[in-house]
Amino acid sequence: MDLDRLSQHLIERYQHGMPLCAEPYREMAQVLKCSEAELMTCLQRLELAGALSRVGPVFEHTRAGASTLAALAVPAERLEQVAARVSQYPEVNHNYAREHHYNLWFVVTGPHRQHLQQILDELEQDTGLTPLDLPMLSAYRIDLGFSLGGHP
Amino acid sequence: MIAPLTQEQMLDLRQCLERGLPRVSRPYDALAEQIGAHHDQVLQQMQHWHEQGLFRRVGLVLNHRALGFVANAMLVLDVPDALVDNVGQRLGRAPGVNLCYQRPRRLPQWRYNLFCMVHGRERAVVEAHIETLLAEHLLNDLPHQVLFSTHAFKQCGGRFAPPPSQVWAHG
Repeated sequence: MDLDRLSQHLIERYQHGMPLCAEPYREMAQVLKCSEAELMTCLQRLELAGALSRVGPVFEHTRAGASTLAALAVPAERLEQVAARVSQYPEVNHNYAREHHYNLWFVVTGPHRQHLQQILDELEQDTGLTPLDLPMLSAYRIDLGFSLGGHP
Repeated sequence: MIAPLTQEQMLDLRQCLERGLPRVSRPYDALAEQIGAHHDQVLQQMQHWHEQGLFRRVGLVLNHRALGFVANAMLVLDVPDALVDNVGQRLGRAPGVNLCYQRPRRLPQWRYNLFCMVHGRERAVVEAHIETLLAEHLLNDLPHQVLFSTHAFKQCGGRFAPPPSQVWAHG
């Protein structure tokens, strides 16, 4: 999509942190030298274009609960069906097809580890496929959003 | 002094937040109304959670695919255990690496223990960037694979807060 200057500034400036106050959008608009209404319109446009998924906190999963990266090796002809089954869970947030023998990769989050295990067990029973269960052991870099310019 | 939220209100608030802040002038007033609290209580709780490190960040959460970042590669490496922290820290600081995690091996199915995400607009550019990273950090000889994503079936925020029924059923 084509981004105008305000959208670009908004993205660059407010991915990493926004004011925690009663009227955050007004404060953001002041910094970006536009009106609150213009800012709201800009957010709405980004959302309609599919570029903005939400505004608010990204939870630190080690504190917020449990999470794991799981993968399944799905026969090509069943991929759509198994992917749909996986996506049904509200606990699954990212669910991607990747080029590999393990061709379906998804992140499962929940209040605690047992909850994740239950979902993985259910999926195994339903699909006959055994998921790889790859919880994070150490984080060397966490996702802090990305730059519109820059690498690569 | 502002009264703290009840446990139930905290849980409700977390569930609301996982779906994003309302886009109205006073979003915390709207959230306070939803959970039956005063906006000062909600803001105080937000500040508290922020200080505790419950939030990785608070801001715009973007869908990189819609912004043209359609080449999304997961680089996985099999790094000897004694070196994985060192290599992870170096790759984690490298430009263009959005995310770098150590995860367990699952032998014999899965041998790789270090995961890096690299996003870009074009596949060839991402591939070249990964080659450069591997060469610069002398990692070419380690077993590794690059898994490009071909389709996003689902992408949204994590749902950590348990549904209230599940919690209160045990209460």
